[in-house]
Amino acid sequence: MTTGVVDKQLAAKHEDGASPEAVVVRFAGDSGDGMQLTGGQFTLSTALAGNDLATFPDFPAEIRAPQGTLFGVSAFQINFGSASIDTAGDAPDVLVAMNPAALKTNVPSLKPGGLIIADSGEFTKRNLEKAKYDVNPLEDGSLSKWQLLAFDISALTLESVKPFGLGNKEALRCKNMWTLGLALWMFDRDREPLIAWLKDKFAKNPVLADANIAALNAGHAYGETAEIGGQVKKLHLDPVESAPGLYRTVTGAEAVSLGLVAGAQLAGLPMFFGGYPITPASAILHNLAKLKEFGVTTFQAEDEIAAICSAIGASYAGQLGVTSSSGPGIALKGEAMGLAIMTELPLVIVNSQRGGPSTGLPTKTEQSDLYQAVYGRNGDAPMPVVAARSPADSFECAIEACRIAVQYMTPVMLLTDGYIANAAEPWQVPDPTDFTPFPVTFLAEKNGDDRVLPYKRDAQGVRPWIKAGTPGLMHRIGGIEKAIDTGDLDYAPGTHQAQTDARKDKVDGVAKGIPAQEVTLGEAGGKLAVVGWGSTYGPIHQAVGRARAKGLDVSQIHVRHIWPLPENLGDLLKGYDKVLVPEMNTGQFKTVLRDQYLVDAKPLNKVSGQPFTIAEIEAAIAGELA
Amino acid sequence: MNDMSPITTTIKDWESDQEVRWCPGCGDYAILKAVQRTLPEIGADPAKTVFVSGIGCSSRFPYYLASYGFHTIHGRAPAVATGIKLANPELDVWLVTGDGDGMSIGGNHTMHLLRRNLNCQIMLFNNEIYGLTKGQYSPTSRLGTNSPTTPGGSVDRPALPCAFALGSGARFVARGFDVSKNLPDVLKAAHAHKGAAFIEIFQNCIVYNKDVFEDFAAPKGAEARQLWLKNGEPMLFNKNTQGIALDQDNLTLKVVDVVDGDWQAAGVIVHDVTNRSLAHMLVELPFGDFPMALGVIYDDPRPTYEESVIAQNAKLAAGKEANLAKLLAKGQTWTVEG
Repeated sequence: MTTGVVDKQLAAKHEDGASPEAVVVRFAGDSGDGMQLTGGQFTLSTALAGNDLATFPDFPAEIRAPQGTLFGVSAFQINFGSASIDTAGDAPDVLVAMNPAALKTNVPSLKPGGLIIADSGEFTKRNLEKAKYDVNPLEDGSLSKWQLLAFDISALTLESVKPFGLGNKEALRCKNMWTLGLALWMFDRDREPLIAWLKDKFAKNPVLADANIAALNAGHAYGETAEIGGQVKKLHLDPVESAPGLYRTVTGAEAVSLGLVAGAQLAGLPMFFGGYPITPASAILHNLAKLKEFGVTTFQAEDEIAAICSAIGASYAGQLGVTSSSGPGIALKGEAMGLAIMTELPLVIVNSQRGGPSTGLPTKTEQSDLYQAVYGRNGDAPMPVVAARSPADSFECAIEACRIAVQYMTPVMLLTDGYIANAAEPWQVPDPTDFTPFPVTFLAEKNGDDRVLPYKRDAQGVRPWIKAGTPGLMHRIGGIEKAIDTGDLDYAPGTHQAQTDARKDKVDGVAKGIPAQEVTLGEAGGKLAVVGWGSTYGPIHQAVGRARAKGLDVSQIHVRHIWPLPENLGDLLKGYDKVLVPEMNTGQFKTVLRDQYLVDAKPLNKVSGQPFTIAEIEAAIAGELA
Repeated sequence: MNDMSPITTTIKDWESDQEVRWCPGCGDYAILKAVQRTLPEIGADPAKTVFVSGIGCSSRFPYYLASYGFHTIHGRAPAVATGIKLANPELDVWLVTGDGDGMSIGGNHTMHLLRRNLNCQIMLFNNEIYGLTKGQYSPTSRLGTNSPTTPGGSVDRPALPCAFALGSGARFVARGFDVSKNLPDVLKAAHAHKGAAFIEIFQNCIVYNKDVFEDFAAPKGAEARQLWLKNGEPMLFNKNTQGIALDQDNLTLKVVDVVDGDWQAAGVIVHDVTNRSLAHMLVELPFGDFPMALGVIYDDPRPTYEESVIAQNAKLAAGKEANLAKLLAKGQTWTVEG
């Protein structure tokens, strides 16, 4: 989906017969207006229409922030088109604003000439005051650089659902379906899948289903009957050219969950998942809780520490232990990660990063846990780290994390972030048989002359996995330093030196089993390499593609294996005059690269809780090559 | 406990090859012996037995037993044990913790393990002091305890482990002390209980809190200061000359004299291990006015956590096919033709 670079971020022209190749639409409203649901359903409809897409759900930390407030605005942006899409789009072409606060917070990013669809029924004196507007912006000409289409969606919705006898509050809740109906008309979409979905969702309350369907149809008809005065024309975006096969949409949280299930199957193990609710990681626990038939046990622990410790206990008893959290929770798990490193038990730790430190920005994205992942524990505590670059990529990365964990008897951290976790993209459904299994063999007999040697290492420096309960192999393990081979309690100076070295060598050795770093886009060597990791993949890919289309000598290198790094990465980077590292933190991967390779990596940083725009990276590339 | 056929072992089979590293005279030696004596008697299998501990003097315990053992991190043994038990319910899990490990840093986990009723034995060695960190006062230290961190004496009131356990929903609560000859019987009862079995074991830290339990544990006069509870038997002590009765005016317990062995006339209560209200009163009995209540205070099993989880998992999985390819292709999909 995300290979090949096409610069097709063209603005919608809104003229008959001139369909753009990509359009960015942002739905914005009160956090109670159902914008995420509207966006999600529009996404599905887009996918079913065969367009490529990327989404960016952006919502406040409050569940139901006070109505009409600026901080209570929830938005959902989707970029879709008939060409390859890597990001949710820099600036929207269309903004749907359900109230004054939604308009105020979102209109500055709308493209000049873009279209505003506003529910004038919500632009009341009180709502205008809450949004800190002195004058109604729909009437004072302040929106003149955009096209404005304001009509009373609230009243139209109430009218359309009148026959169903709903209360005013319930009736108004159908507003999002009315709006969605209009959007489906604008982009020439089939309403049937949505109608089927509504019938299913409200199966227990057919009146609500009918009311929502009526609102959806009314919104659609409103566009169809050209009541909107000829300002907006129907747009049809052709399907993207994709490899043949079966597709679905997937969010990062879904892909991680599926990847973990696949990873456990490939290892031939039941999975134990210990988690504690935290935004934006909880969805993984929710997803896995529904998959018991795959040998998954989920455990909602009393806290983050219990979540990881229970997973360690399960690994000790022979299951694949997995835990998941976000930054603050990962910090709490730190000591237990050390225990898994020290006892050398397999464990997968998923970190859906969010803005930090402390509580930080619970619902906003950031990549600022890289130091925590690579270095964040007491003692010399090396641990492999894998980072997913997109929602779909999270599937393979989760499998990779499972593989490293069981093959090297080590905890592994899988990094995603709030953007990847929540965002959706089309995904070509993989065939599970395409993945090479990595079945686990537990020690079954004594591996020493007359006793079991739980810390006897193989050629890769890996100890055997001994399932507690195996007859004849009783032994004791713990977080305290231990003797070579026997694992007996021993903290003599020479022992600690030898075991620290052994743990480091083992984790360093993971690099031998991973693919060499490839140039993601461009050439090996040249004037500038843009090196990234994680969810900056999309904007970097598009920006480098655009710069190359302009003839600039720039290449993209996107790294999946953050620790240990691919063995060839240092040499590869030395082939470029300059190295630029865009990150949603203050320069963490940059520091690692400088430390590992003495390369003059230059940071490009953004920590606003929003992903990079393509333009920001493009400008930085142009700056470096000026 | 768990449902497996008993096997034959001797004390020797349970002794690991590791040198025991507690201070000479430490109460832990006696507890270790009591456990090593108990395990053959209950027919335990070293391969199916796991001792899980946290951090502290008591938590070195697993190294000295020839079973499986996991010396984890401070306070977290209950969480590790929960993972072990959910992954393999056949394993017979014993937790070893202390007053600092289990009541302070790990209090949260102790509470939730008891609330969930994980099928395991929790031995909390209570010496009312931090030993391994050299003598600071602990959450069970008595008011006024002088220690390096409380040079003027501690001012915070101690926690009562058995009251904490009951309050957390424990279905088995017992008490013993390190050198007591009755300790193996208490351990056996705990093992026989299906579910979380909480045992507070008073343990003498001879270096930092020497003889703090002498007031009731000293052999001389013990009969007047120890109330050994037995299910179905009257609560008598001091050579059956005194007993525990209900003070009906105040709804509390009281000490009564028993004349000529006629405990019924004195109103002495017959111990009922399934009486939760009685258990609450027994664990709160202030020592001094009353003897120390020891033995099995409460024992009334409920379904265990792991059996409920496993049964529910099986129910949810029933009739569903674990087909990964189908799972991946779930939801609304579309096909791109070649």
